[in-house]
Amino acid sequence: MTSAPAKAGWRFRQPSVIPGFGLTLGFSLAYLTLIILIPLSGLVWRSASLGWTDFWAIATDRRTVKALEISFGTAFIAAAVNVVFGTIVAWVLVRYRFPGRRVIDAMVDLPFALPTAVAGIALTTLYSPKGWMGSLLAPLGIKVAYTPLGIVIALIFIGLPFVVRTVQPIIEEIDKEVEEAAATLGANRFQTIFLVLFPGLAPAVITGFALAFARGVGEYGSVIFIAGNLPYISEIAPLLIVIRLEEYDYAAATAIATIMLALSFLMLLVINLIQSRTRKRYG
Amino acid sequence: MEVRVSNVRKEFDRFPALRDVSLDIRSGELIALLGPSGSGKTTLLRLIAGLERPTRGTIFFGDEDASNRTIQERNVGFVFQHYALFRHMTVADNIGFGLKVRPSAKRPTKAEIRRRASELLDLVQLSGLEKRYPAQLSGGQRQRVALARAMAIEPRVLLLDEPFGALDAQVRRELRRWLREIHDATGHTTIFVTHDQEEALELADRVVVMSQGRIEQIGTADEVYDTPNSPFVYGFIGESSSLPVKVEDGQVWISDRPIGLAAPDLPDGEATLYFRPHDIELLDECNGCIAGTVAASRRVAGTRRVELEIGGGRERVEIELPVGHPAAQKSRVAFRPKRWKVFPKMAE
Repeated sequence: MTSAPAKAGWRFRQPSVIPGFGLTLGFSLAYLTLIILIPLSGLVWRSASLGWTDFWAIATDRRTVKALEISFGTAFIAAAVNVVFGTIVAWVLVRYRFPGRRVIDAMVDLPFALPTAVAGIALTTLYSPKGWMGSLLAPLGIKVAYTPLGIVIALIFIGLPFVVRTVQPIIEEIDKEVEEAAATLGANRFQTIFLVLFPGLAPAVITGFALAFARGVGEYGSVIFIAGNLPYISEIAPLLIVIRLEEYDYAAATAIATIMLALSFLMLLVINLIQSRTRKRYG
Repeated sequence: MEVRVSNVRKEFDRFPALRDVSLDIRSGELIALLGPSGSGKTTLLRLIAGLERPTRGTIFFGDEDASNRTIQERNVGFVFQHYALFRHMTVADNIGFGLKVRPSAKRPTKAEIRRRASELLDLVQLSGLEKRYPAQLSGGQRQRVALARAMAIEPRVLLLDEPFGALDAQVRRELRRWLREIHDATGHTTIFVTHDQEEALELADRVVVMSQGRIEQIGTADEVYDTPNSPFVYGFIGESSSLPVKVEDGQVWISDRPIGLAAPDLPDGEATLYFRPHDIELLDECNGCIAGTVAASRRVAGTRRVELEIGGGRERVEIELPVGHPAAQKSRVAFRPKRWKVFPKMAE
């Protein structure tokens, strides 16, 4: 115990007697500064050189706003879809033993490993009006490739492993006894799943959602092939940044990047707040 | 509610966990299933709950055959060793869960559920903790919540699987007394599983001693302790010493000497003598006794335990002596068990 009087507010928690606190904290801070903080502050610095009026003009430009809308909107939808189906996939992989389970389990990681451009080209080939899937959907009047729907599909593909891999270990941890307890109390299978099991998964599902969403917002490689990249319709913000860079308009590029940074930060902050609230309760 | 288990057999992957078990439990009784691990006691409990299906045999609740009833229909309260509370629900929601999931026709109103939950919290002496989450409670408190949750559905039978197994000794003793009080107050037919004989003997109306998938003996604490009916029960309940003996002409022999114990009903042949270390009388002169040399002696609380070598060191038995007794220091001690039992060899 420290003899210092307890003060309100921020305080170091007494590190354990095992040495290494100073070294590891110093390393972590230096590392994070080097890898994350310096590049990001450079970004903000660069866009700040733009001046407020110019910055505002770029930020409120219709093309920028549309691109941001598309980026965040499609990422949100894709993450939401992944939450539902990723959780089901994780559930099946944990709960059931069937031939080929290990292969499917390994397949989930493919979007991690595959170069995103390859994924984009593959999806485009499949979903283009003459492609395998696209030709089936075309008669129904559904156009996938070269529309925002295509972007969503690419992002679902990219984001799936994030949800599966965060939810899977938590499902593995579910105590069989909790389900049995619910059953002895008279809950049917449906009630057990929706009242007992899923609420317990919520923190992991939110994390998975956050990861898939963040990945989706920043995704570039796979999207540009399938999106068609029509300004105001299917042009994503990262692409707009690249376009500005190619025009040597570095200030505009960094301005859009800064806006994306701020928005992403805000959304992750909200997600983390939700999470810490659920964690505090029953973590 | 009476529970009748009739010729139940349960196999897991062809391995029999229960072999032909029959058991009658009277309404309102507090029964302990006692046995070492692997004896099938938890399996029997889970069969009664419906968490497992018997391979053969029937389970009756009253006159009704419950074997084909689902877990939900059986309406049993089950308390798990590791509580199995719903950790995302408050204590009150945990307790009310069984009422909340009822079909709407039988479901009490929300206010009624809340009232019932706080009533049960009073009963388990946790009033005022409605809003807490399980993670904020101690082990003993969690187990009380688990019991309240099980009782909320007005179960026909209350089943407890090693309810105090995960708690420390102090809390265990406290909860044991408290469970007895709850049982006496509510009158639920209660079956609990334990491997702690002290717990079983102290708490239960009747104890069911199990071993290797069979029921060895059913009886009150006095019956299973004073008149064990098998070598296993003798060895498992309380302390015991055993010696290989021979029965001839209705007398018990060690090597070539009778030891002054008559066993008129036993067939001649090899047998094993069982007795309690404290249930002996010391003899000054030996005409018909067990005699041995002191090999080790240790102080146990208010008495002294002496290990004797019988018959030239081939067998050892333990007996209990008063602390000041000179025999503790003597190298040779003669005694005769006051209460004992001889089991023929083949019965083991």
